Amino acid sequence: MANIPSELKYTKSHEWLKQEDGLSVIGLTQFAVDALGDIVFIGLPEEGDSVTAGASFADVESVKAVSDVFSPVSGRVAEVNRELGDSPEKLNQDPYGAWLIKVEAEGGAEELLDAAAYEALCAQEEA
Amino acid sequence: MKLLFELSRPGRGQELLPACDVPEFAFDADLLRQTPPRLPEISEVDLERHYTQLAKRTHGVNDGFYPLGSCTMKYNPHIDEEMAALDGFTRIHPLQDEASVQGCLEVIYCTEQLLNEITGMDAVSFQPAAGAHGEYTGLMLIRAYHQSRNDLKRCKIIVPDSAHGTNPASAAMAGFTVVSVPSNAEGGVDLDALRAAVGEDTAGLMLTNPNTLGLFDPNILEITRIVHEAGGLNYYDGANLNAVMGRARPGDMGFDCVHVNLHKTFSTPHGGGGPGSGPVGCKAFLEKFLPEPRVKREEDGAYRFFSPENSIGKVRSFYGNFLVVVRALTYITVLGKEGIPEASGTAVLNANYLMHKLQGQYDVAYDTTCMHEFVLTLEKLKQQTGVSALDVAKRLLDFGMHPPTMYFPLIVHEALMLEPTETESRETLDWAAQVFLDVLEEAKTQPEKLHGAPHDCPISRPDEVGAARNPVLRYAFE
Repeated sequence: MANIPSELKYTKSHEWLKQEDGLSVIGLTQFAVDALGDIVFIGLPEEGDSVTAGASFADVESVKAVSDVFSPVSGRVAEVNRELGDSPEKLNQDPYGAWLIKVEAEGGAEELLDAAAYEALCAQEEA
Repeated sequence: MKLLFELSRPGRGQELLPACDVPEFAFDADLLRQTPPRLPEISEVDLERHYTQLAKRTHGVNDGFYPLGSCTMKYNPHIDEEMAALDGFTRIHPLQDEASVQGCLEVIYCTEQLLNEITGMDAVSFQPAAGAHGEYTGLMLIRAYHQSRNDLKRCKIIVPDSAHGTNPASAAMAGFTVVSVPSNAEGGVDLDALRAAVGEDTAGLMLTNPNTLGLFDPNILEITRIVHEAGGLNYYDGANLNAVMGRARPGDMGFDCVHVNLHKTFSTPHGGGGPGSGPVGCKAFLEKFLPEPRVKREEDGAYRFFSPENSIGKVRSFYGNFLVVVRALTYITVLGKEGIPEASGTAVLNANYLMHKLQGQYDVAYDTTCMHEFVLTLEKLKQQTGVSALDVAKRLLDFGMHPPTMYFPLIVHEALMLEPTETESRETLDWAAQVFLDVLEEAKTQPEKLHGAPHDCPISRPDEVGAARNPVLRYAFE
């Protein structure tokens, strides 16, 4: 079973979310990166771009496929983890450390799951 | 195997050019490079051997079974190659006067008539050079149509989640916003989701039918009606036309424009990167927007190029990949009215035959009669044995079989997608089924053997991750 830290919130589309210094920090769960396999490229937005809850804001490419990453919140991109551009493998190595973007949220959050509910969702998808 | 650069020896190059018989032109010094390019210098025989060695290490349809789903790797009849090699088709120039290439224009004209009949369209442009290029062109027609009506709010293209990856990519390239609609439990388009997705901003729908699961959508007329009633147009991705050609026509299913992959459905060796041909056909009301030039037949019997009234312009230089059109015309006329539906019928029969041979041992993603291809899901196998779809695909290589399409469509986990095509015999299908079953047995008894496969190929597993993350794109001279 993939690692699911209890202090984070989760989406049904396998992103994680946490609040830090007034910003919403968004990343991909371990379940997601394990399913994708080795990630070779990530397309990230620019600082200042707006993101919409439930809409795609980035795409990740693995050897298998290209997949969209969906934003759990609406708002403006305050910070982008540029480091991932050169080292996308960090997503596989440390999915909860390798955040993608930090957003100044303006409400409109997607329905979020706590760790227990997300674990149940993953178990269901694996079954 | 050595690279050409490693085989190179100074002075071994070939001086095959005849002596220059025109005055030499002196370029300005600032236009000239300072050092000569470091091109490999190799004798003709060594060069020939190099490429022959490379060819021996590949696997094509002429080497063995090639059930690559969604790619229709059928055998390409020899007669098509013979026709495409005729001097009258090859020793011509695109700027030649049209009076001197009437036969070539007739080929384009006749192929257009045949494709109209097969797809149920009214006009065809042969400019697009391949499938995705055709998609892009078709979307440009849809855009031109809405613009001509001053209906400028139509900015969204609806694409089902089982679609080819090129569909959303082409829509984005053409400037549209992509809206994905989910599949229903039977693998078709979810009608309620489609109804919810359409509206005043709908430019159109892109659909492959049969879809990438190898399933013919029984709701096709309802799907195209929903889009039409919302004011959108319907685009048919012809990648899977091989399943229905001569039997069902996109034009009768409610589609307004289509592209056809001549190189897949109507035979041209492909899979090596081309050349392809993705002609776009449309209903009469879109004809005036087609790319130019097109070919018409005058009353005196002469063929002439012309430009449609409101043409979107050119999407490629000159007339498209003409020799692929020659092969398609040959293929269609040799098979004829009886042969074309027989080919699609046999393609469907072969896929169902192979599927039934594997059913019960492998899990079929959608347990129903398939069209020309079907999808297996190896999810359970992976949970039970650790052997993935990738491992199975790699092991198949050891038996001299090209693997099926892997990990596609994305909505099926651990997917293997098989399309045997109509040109395979029952004996080949029986052999292939046995190989699949033997590999499955190995997966259960000796999974480590599959993790390390292939064992008998020129190379084992290339480092795909390394190649994607750190591609080496040129030779590193010392």
